[in-house]
Amino acid sequence: MVNPLTTDVPNSTSTEKYLAVQNSEEFARLRKTLRGFIFPMTVAFFLWYALYVLLSAYARDFMGAKIVGNINVALVLGLLQFVTTFLIAWYYARFAASKVDPLADKIGAELKEDAK
Amino acid sequence: MEPHGFLLAADASTSTSRTLTITLFLVFVAITLAITIWASRQTKTATDFYAGGRSFSGFQNGMAIGGDYMSAASFLGIAGIIALYGYDGFLYSIGFLVAWLVALLLVAEFLRNSGRYTMADVLAFRMRQRPVRTAASVSTIVVSVFYLIAQMVGAGALVALLLGIAPGTTFLGMDADTAKIATIILVGALMITYVTVGGMKGTTYVQIVKAFLLMGGALIMTLMVLAAYKFNLSTLLGDAAEQSGKGAAFLEPGLRYGVETQGDALKTFYSKMDLLSLGIALVLGTAGLPHILTRFYTVPTARTARKSVLWAIGIIGTFYLFTLALGFGAAALVGSKDITAQDKAGNTAAPQLAQELGNRYLGGETGGAIMLAVIAAVAFATILAVVAGLTLASSSSLAHDFYASVIKRGQASERDEVRVARIAALVIGAIAIALSIFAQSLNVAFLVALAFAVAASANLPAILYSLFWKRFNTSGALWSIYGGLITAVGLVFFSPVVSGSPTAMFPDSDWHFFPLSNPGLISIPVGFLCGWIGTVISKEDDAAKYAELEVRSLTGHGAH
Repeated sequence: MVNPLTTDVPNSTSTEKYLAVQNSEEFARLRKTLRGFIFPMTVAFFLWYALYVLLSAYARDFMGAKIVGNINVALVLGLLQFVTTFLIAWYYARFAASKVDPLADKIGAELKEDAK
Repeated sequence: MEPHGFLLAADASTSTSRTLTITLFLVFVAITLAITIWASRQTKTATDFYAGGRSFSGFQNGMAIGGDYMSAASFLGIAGIIALYGYDGFLYSIGFLVAWLVALLLVAEFLRNSGRYTMADVLAFRMRQRPVRTAASVSTIVVSVFYLIAQMVGAGALVALLLGIAPGTTFLGMDADTAKIATIILVGALMITYVTVGGMKGTTYVQIVKAFLLMGGALIMTLMVLAAYKFNLSTLLGDAAEQSGKGAAFLEPGLRYGVETQGDALKTFYSKMDLLSLGIALVLGTAGLPHILTRFYTVPTARTARKSVLWAIGIIGTFYLFTLALGFGAAALVGSKDITAQDKAGNTAAPQLAQELGNRYLGGETGGAIMLAVIAAVAFATILAVVAGLTLASSSSLAHDFYASVIKRGQASERDEVRVARIAALVIGAIAIALSIFAQSLNVAFLVALAFAVAASANLPAILYSLFWKRFNTSGALWSIYGGLITAVGLVFFSPVVSGSPTAMFPDSDWHFFPLSNPGLISIPVGFLCGWIGTVISKEDDAAKYAELEVRSLTGHGAH
């Protein structure tokens, strides 16, 4: 049994078809919806994380300020990074399921139909 | 040196502990080997071997990702850094966790939709296969070997603690160094067995079992630490700060990274840069780790891949919250003096804490011995599972990318390819064993951070450009992989980690000129920049292939 290289497609979708789909309005909407979420969100959490790292490096007095007992700003900011990570993950899952998946399914189904 | 240095160090408690650890560890090995053999019977095709038949559920794969990710670095290394340097260790936990958002938002689903077995499947999708697969294979192996070294060093540190061999004493005629090397070889042999016999299916089940054990062990220790302080976090932190002898500074950033040296502005500047460098390497490394990327192929669809990342984020995040309690607990209850006496880099803080907790709350010496044994067995399981995952990822790449595509030009049979993967596992395992012996003095979390830096520099730029940049081409892929890889590894080689400092791999020589211990701050931007330069200087621009990749990666059409 010959092991085919990875770029083969197990169906007969042609290059022209892929180009046509890529240029379709439907696909443009899918791309825009998806990128409109993942890119800004990536920038946001990266900046938020960078802020935390920069504060750790350069704002020692601020980070060391005590809030309650021995719990200081540094610890709370660190724990907030956990909270935002969980929230972003949850929000993305919700967004993808309601806004992205239906669009992707529709285009996928059309392609499958076409490949038969 | 006495020829028969059979020491009396083996008092009642250590010998109980030893026997119990060895027993528990053997039970774990027996169970996982049984799973591996069972899995081997189900492994018939290349998809079974490389991707576990793509049959795992989101939860199962999420646990397995946790198993792959929560390595000795997370368990032993982070707890150790927190125990010795306080707050700075927490930075690792945060970086390691936030990094999962890169994987979730930008990589997991697209990779699952457009690839098959390895990272290179996506990188080479619209490029010339042979050069790109060669490059991807090289960087996969380099990253995996860095990571493997870290795990092996953890195993070595652990065994010296278990056998009660402090520097200068011996056990069964072996001194600490010999026993460490013997352990590394044993761990290496076991991992090669898991991978060659069980393939991805066996390895995945090993990861799942290990993830349960590790979460359970860490949870029990966390509860015991918190109970010791009546669930008052502030008292725990206060006690840890007091025991450390460093006071409030122990709870603030700056003891280990971004150290401010009075009157030496340059040293202070470098130390701050090192902190930023570590921070960026941690957050960008995960989505470029080959053994994590291949996990996305073990599930049937992109949506299951998404679910598995969500599970992984939950499991990993919870675990890192535990490490906070473990690290500060070790600082408060064991104390940095006892920790550094056993292991200078702090790699044994977590098991030492387990012993202390047992001593205090589970009926004295015997309780301590039991706790130490249980946690040490969990740590061994952890190391074993991670090294198996790493070895599988790198041997898959060697067989699928290099052997089948580059040497055989896609004409190798599946059986042949899997056979080569098994041989590759053996060779890579042997290389990692040999290199680990030189890295004994380094903290394992720190070593893993180097692997992250290399992954973020060499792999991540190529993956992101590939998925999202239409113009990206073969030349760009090669430039970014080799550019990032050479810069990252080169800077490590000329850093104080390798030579010119007391804790270096070669402490007696000095050829270092790069002042930072983590190369990420320079090498990651270099990787991205090289990818851009390489792309624009080449005329290759295959719009049709990008159309296919983009449509497939977003819709899942034609996914394997």
